[in-house]
Amino acid sequence: MTDTATDAPILEAIGIRKSFGPLEVLKGIDLSLTRGEVVALIGPSGSGKSTFIRCMNMLETPTDGTLRFRCRAIGDRFEDRGDMIGIGTLRRHVGMVFQHFNLFPHMTVLQNVVEGPLTVLREPRREAEERARDLLSQVGLSQKCDAYPAHLSGGQKQRVAIARALAMQPEVLLLDEVTSALDPELVGEVLAVIRRLGEAGMTMAIVTHEMAFAADVAKRVLFFDKGVVAAEGTPDEIITHPRSERLQGFLARFHE
Amino acid sequence: MTYQWDFHVVGQYLDLFLWGLVYTIVYTIGSIVIGIVLGAAVCGARLSSFVALRGIARVYQELFRCTPLLVQLLWVYYALPLLIGATIDNRVAALLTLACYVGAFYSEIFRSGIVSIDKGQREAAAALGMSRSQSLRRIILPQAIKRMLPSFINQSVIQFKNTSLISVISVADLAYMASVVNGQTYRPLESYTVMAVFYIAMLLPLTQMADYIEKRLRVSD
Ligand SMILES: Nc1ncnc2c1ncn2[C@@H]1O[C@H](COP(=O)(O)OP(=O)(O)OP(=O)(O)O)[C@@H](O)[C@H]1O
Ligand SMILES: [Mg+2]
Repeated sequence: MTDTATDAPILEAIGIRKSFGPLEVLKGIDLSLTRGEVVALIGPSGSGKSTFIRCMNMLETPTDGTLRFRCRAIGDRFEDRGDMIGIGTLRRHVGMVFQHFNLFPHMTVLQNVVEGPLTVLREPRREAEERARDLLSQVGLSQKCDAYPAHLSGGQKQRVAIARALAMQPEVLLLDEVTSALDPELVGEVLAVIRRLGEAGMTMAIVTHEMAFAADVAKRVLFFDKGVVAAEGTPDEIITHPRSERLQGFLARFHE
Repeated sequence: MTYQWDFHVVGQYLDLFLWGLVYTIVYTIGSIVIGIVLGAAVCGARLSSFVALRGIARVYQELFRCTPLLVQLLWVYYALPLLIGATIDNRVAALLTLACYVGAFYSEIFRSGIVSIDKGQREAAAALGMSRSQSLRRIILPQAIKRMLPSFINQSVIQFKNTSLISVISVADLAYMASVVNGQTYRPLESYTVMAVFYIAMLLPLTQMADYIEKRLRVSD
């Protein structure tokens, strides 16, 4: 029982399509994440990586296709309904970290991190704060609990954002180019946190332009091109020894 | 020629001025309170996904923003009764018109405050699993209110001054009382100067406070 449960996909996207008006951005994407798996999504700008990862927690509503969480389909309402899981439930279990952090500027670091547990999970404050302090120390920010986001560096903001997502104790974490808005010298500290999460068994889908990082942390890599997954495989197959010309062309840009 | 100022005569009518001031304050605060409720409702309608609701809200906003308050007061007090076949008490007409007028401006202040918040904030709240109302209450409004506060106070100061227009439909506010005193004393200069001083005394602290709040908010951003 437990064996099949761990092998069963937690979050599964089947035939996801998305159009913005006449523009079809996703042309049928499949991705299934099993527990503890780290998948990297790479590809040129405009290929639909962000749109897809935002479909995985219904920040974008797919035009077509199915999303399943723990083998149950996600409905289009906020609340659960019959067999369908609601969007609210999905998002409580699937965290997201954004390129531009999106921290709540009117709250301190600690308040940012406890906001989800307090408001959404209705946890007792003591419990939520204890876990928040623990998470903040894991990302190396115990000193910054009472600071406001405006007083943090980009790297610190992004680590707070990661702690905020983790405070919900999600089963899956979605990360969309979380280092792209950072100064180069701050990228490392954020990648280190994510790498540790992966080693600790967190299930993650990571959109990134950091090829070395993707190759290092991911078990599987998906190459997006023009709204389809043009290649998929291990980091070795996709990043180290790419076969398709298109993929080689894309990767060549990262080797200066 | 030099004018002989004489506040003594006018001073005898101080109680009239004070009554007028009380009326002005009551109508200002009353119309602001109703206006806030109305403005919030209309703001909600403007942001809703129902086209008809958005349309109605839009018509209301433009109707009250694009006609002078004086015209609205005259219309509601003298013209509307002919349409509905019943007279309207001048105090009711004054209060409702003032409220509808300021509500139209408030609704736009509220709406632009809310839409000015970066959409990443809404997304971050949603990604945590917040419902729309939780996200509004916990994330959007605290930031939006801060941003709309200066314009809100500004509009309220204007409202205080606008209240003087209700004297044209014989509501005994400060402006009305000043003309009553003038009628009794034939001393327009003193009567209307006292009135002006009362307005300044009430509004100066408010505008100072608005400036102070705006400065504070700018620092904390
Ligand atoms: N809300 C939207 N409305 C209209 N078009 C959109 C919207 N969001 C994305 N697009 C379009 O969809 C396409 C895919 O965008 P997406 O952001 O998913 O690409 P991406 O792979 O994440 O690119 P990047 O690497 O630059 O982040 C682009 O052409 C973009 O202009
Ligand atoms: Mg993107």
